[in-house]
Amino acid sequence: MFIATTAGILIAMTLAMVRAILGPTVYDRVLAVNAFGTKTVLLIAALGFLTGRPEFLDLAIVYALINFIGTIAVLKFFEYGDLGRERRDEVAAE
Amino acid sequence: MMEMVLDVLSWIAIVGGLFFMLVGTVGILRMPDVYTRLHAAGMTDTMGAGLLLLGMGLQSVIGILDGDGQVYWFVLFRLVFVYAFLLFTSPIATHAVARAALHGGLEPYRAPVEAGD
Repeated sequence: MFIATTAGILIAMTLAMVRAILGPTVYDRVLAVNAFGTKTVLLIAALGFLTGRPEFLDLAIVYALINFIGTIAVLKFFEYGDLGRERRDEVAAE
Repeated sequence: MMEMVLDVLSWIAIVGGLFFMLVGTVGILRMPDVYTRLHAAGMTDTMGAGLLLLGMGLQSVIGILDGDGQVYWFVLFRLVFVYAFLLFTSPIATHAVARAALHGGLEPYRAPVEAGD
């Protein structure tokens, strides 16, 4: 039964990847990649149960952390064109 | 008996989670612009991931009842941890995408104005 779960998550990941490739704007791509990452976390968890080694969940936690930080970093880069500058400086300059 | 009930409940949760996940992803594919796609992606993160993790949690409760408590208590703890983490990060990521898109000057999609208006 976990095979069906894994297959379903893989289908959803494929659809999200199609949007990431098609996506007209960069925000569509970031959104799709973020959704893809969330599905990867669930895929790792389901694979752990499928193979009888649920300790895989450690990898899922690490993947969730990396996915979140990566999404925020890419968005900040595209919003401000810089990773180091703070928003406060920009507000003060206006 | 108890384990059979838990098994059925867990599979109901997992099938429901898969349903929400597939519907949300089809929404990501078919919606017209970023802001509407965010709506679909949010459903994937709350209902899809939540129900799937609930199903896996029930499976690990079955593992605990089977006497494999040593392993499955930690599994249950980690599942709760993953869920709490997704609960906090997915709205933040969604908000960040929406704000970045607005800041980047992307106009929200509007229904085309009809000739009679």
